[in-house]
Amino acid sequence: MTTSISPAVSVSGLVKTFGRTRALDGLELEVARGEVHGFLGPNGAGKSTTIRALLGLIRADSGTMRMLDRDPWRDSVALHRRLAYVPGDVTLWRNLTGGEVIDLLGRLRGGLDAGRRATLLDRFELDPTKKGNAYSKGNRQKVALVAAFASDAELLILDEPTSGLDPLMEEVFRGCVAEERDRGRTVLLSSHILSEVEALCDRVSIIRAGRTVESGSLAELRHLTRTSVEAELATAPEGLDRLPGLHGLDLGPSDGGPGDLGPSDGGTGDGTAVRLRCQVDTDRLDGLIRVLSAAGIRTLTSRPPTLEELFLRHYEQVRS
Amino acid sequence: MTAGLGELLRLALRRDRIMLPVWIYALIGSAASTLISIRRLYPDDASRDRLAQSINGNPSLRALYGPVYDAHSVGALTAWRILPYGGLMIGLLCVLLVTRHTRAEEESGRMELVGAGAVGRAAPLAAALGTALTACLTVALVVPLLMIAFGEAAAGSFAFGLAYAGTGLVFAGAAALAAQVTATAPAANGIDGALLGLAFLLRACGDAAGSSGPEWLVWLSPLGWAERVRPYADTAWWLPALMLAAFLVQVAGAYLLASRRDLGSGLLPQRPGPPVGAPSLRSAYALGLRLQRGSLYGWTAAFLAAGLVFGGISQGIRQLLEGSGSVQRVLERMGGTQGAVDSYLSTMTSTFAMVAAVYAVQTVLRLRSEETGGRAEPVLATGVSRLSWAWSHLVYPLLGSAVLLAAAGLGLGLGTGAVLGDLGGWTWRLLGAALVQLPAVWVFAGAALALFGLLPRWTAAAWGVLGALLFIAYLGPLLSAGQWLLDLTPFTHVPRLPGGTVTLQPLLWLTLVTVALGGAGLTGLRRRDLG
Repeated sequence: MTTSISPAVSVSGLVKTFGRTRALDGLELEVARGEVHGFLGPNGAGKSTTIRALLGLIRADSGTMRMLDRDPWRDSVALHRRLAYVPGDVTLWRNLTGGEVIDLLGRLRGGLDAGRRATLLDRFELDPTKKGNAYSKGNRQKVALVAAFASDAELLILDEPTSGLDPLMEEVFRGCVAEERDRGRTVLLSSHILSEVEALCDRVSIIRAGRTVESGSLAELRHLTRTSVEAELATAPEGLDRLPGLHGLDLGPSDGGPGDLGPSDGGTGDGTAVRLRCQVDTDRLDGLIRVLSAAGIRTLTSRPPTLEELFLRHYEQVRS
Repeated sequence: MTAGLGELLRLALRRDRIMLPVWIYALIGSAASTLISIRRLYPDDASRDRLAQSINGNPSLRALYGPVYDAHSVGALTAWRILPYGGLMIGLLCVLLVTRHTRAEEESGRMELVGAGAVGRAAPLAAALGTALTACLTVALVVPLLMIAFGEAAAGSFAFGLAYAGTGLVFAGAAALAAQVTATAPAANGIDGALLGLAFLLRACGDAAGSSGPEWLVWLSPLGWAERVRPYADTAWWLPALMLAAFLVQVAGAYLLASRRDLGSGLLPQRPGPPVGAPSLRSAYALGLRLQRGSLYGWTAAFLAAGLVFGGISQGIRQLLEGSGSVQRVLERMGGTQGAVDSYLSTMTSTFAMVAAVYAVQTVLRLRSEETGGRAEPVLATGVSRLSWAWSHLVYPLLGSAVLLAAAGLGLGLGTGAVLGDLGGWTWRLLGAALVQLPAVWVFAGAALALFGLLPRWTAAAWGVLGALLFIAYLGPLLSAGQWLLDLTPFTHVPRLPGGTVTLQPLLWLTLVTVALGGAGLTGLRRRDLG
């Protein structure tokens, strides 16, 4: 449709104050056409404020914004016909059914693909005959998601769309976003769940306190990620001090639990079970697991870094 | 069971810290101002006797005000004048309070947050009832003290206070029940509103019928009970006790129902709806219709029914003695200028217009609740402009009010024509008389819209504006208030019909004021932040 190489969304120096609070403080954001762009930040960082400014619902104090080559405030109505929006906190009209809301929102945008609508209802296992106030938070989100995915919008703006979805539905959601990307549509996905962003996004922007602190592809940001590891081991591991990329090591005697079989279990070398907590640069995980495995793993949990940890790490770097 | 009750009650009172004092002040103030005006208008026993005779001998006036039990006591006349309408108002306050702190909280999910804390299962409803009880007890105490201060008998004054407050309690109990049965706050308020209207009509019909007809209808209405307490005149002390008992029984019933349902659900099952949107559901206007039509139907039916009843009792007005000038004088001051029937009917059309203004403000304020409830955002993120979205709701204060006034005029006309003859003539006259009030109703919609667009946080102040101007319009004439004060209300400027003459100029001015206010509001809406 368009051969333009101008970005789908381009925001520069965006400032918005509410009274004495500076919600956006020179925010930068650039979303290329056809990419899935992760918009990351802790609660209150300004993600929703940015999105509401992009939707022309609030007026920025200063800065420039372009979306699909138009001005989001002046040309809001024309722009809205080309995008679909899923708010983070979906509220529905109590006397309209989910099916009615899906059709209404689709038609207000200028059209809805009936076939996709049916498929999506099926995949999300959504009952469209319930009234708005009878849906749970997750199901309200599904209503908005089905309406958005069934539309023919060029740009999808999703504001923490999975906060109420169970893991199965989160999987369905990821499938849908991947399909959208394959269809060549642009997705701006605001989230504070890093694993979701990692799984879906080509590029991410990380904001904090109304400012963009990091922006780039995931590979570029990989240096920031660490995996948290917690394990119970049969014996004390050896050679941890020689492992590169290990942080915050915490070793101690095991406090019991499912891995502790009691005194009758005679297979534990020097006899004392050990609990280990640490963080490891994700590309060094393999080395750590080898060491742990040699010491006899009883339980093991490894968890990708939370966004908070990412931030902490990031700010540690900034400070030093 | 009631752990956390104190905290919840304090929270409720804090949330109502503006609304509650204003209401209580109005409830108490109307009693005091009525007493003063009765003293002035009926200074001696002879004038009060004439008043009582003309009321008690006339079914229409009995329907409007109820019978007078003791004409010689100013206190008794005050209680007579206040209880049917003040009772309705305190009932309204109590149902609004109870719904607001029970079903509305549950629906919003806030109750879940509270319920998960160290709060007993019984505490939220108890706190809601406690708020209503606070309002009622204040009225039950302060009204008697005021009456005694004005020199009225102590026993009668306390009976008056108890009858007044007791009416509120009965409706608070009914609201507690309704909040268990329905799943949404508007549905609960709808049931409560219907009960209030029914209570008023049952009392009016029973009193109109008198001893020769189905007077027992009065006993079906809490407003009838309040009236039959007969303060200052052979007081029936058992009736306030009955009111309290009715309150307790209903509360017990509400707790019983509450124990049989889950948080968030009602007893009435929610039926599934259509899985797809009807082809017509494709614009902001279609959505506005879906959201506003239920209330428009309810209001229209109520206006038509009330119009029929008030039209139907106009026969008795004709029998008004020419000599009982006092009542007629009040009616004339409040409305028309010539002829008892005309003046009665013009008072009615004007009263209907004042109630229609409540509808107009309520429907404009729907814009604000859609905005703050997060339901405007998804619509405005589609190809719907702010103005289209606003107009999709503004149709109702502008044209919905016209529908209401037409229904009231039609009802009045058919009712009057049925008893006085000339059905067609009365219907046309009263339709016109009701519709001519429309520009006055619009001004309130304009004021509410201006607040919404320019000072969104203060949108609810529209209720304050409405309340103040209605108070002046309704009681001002009775209190012989200065003309400048009466001039403040739009209702002073519309022609008094039937009976008066129609001048176009004030109607144009009122419309112009509406356009200016509304235009300012819409301009503000286009420029401001939403949400």
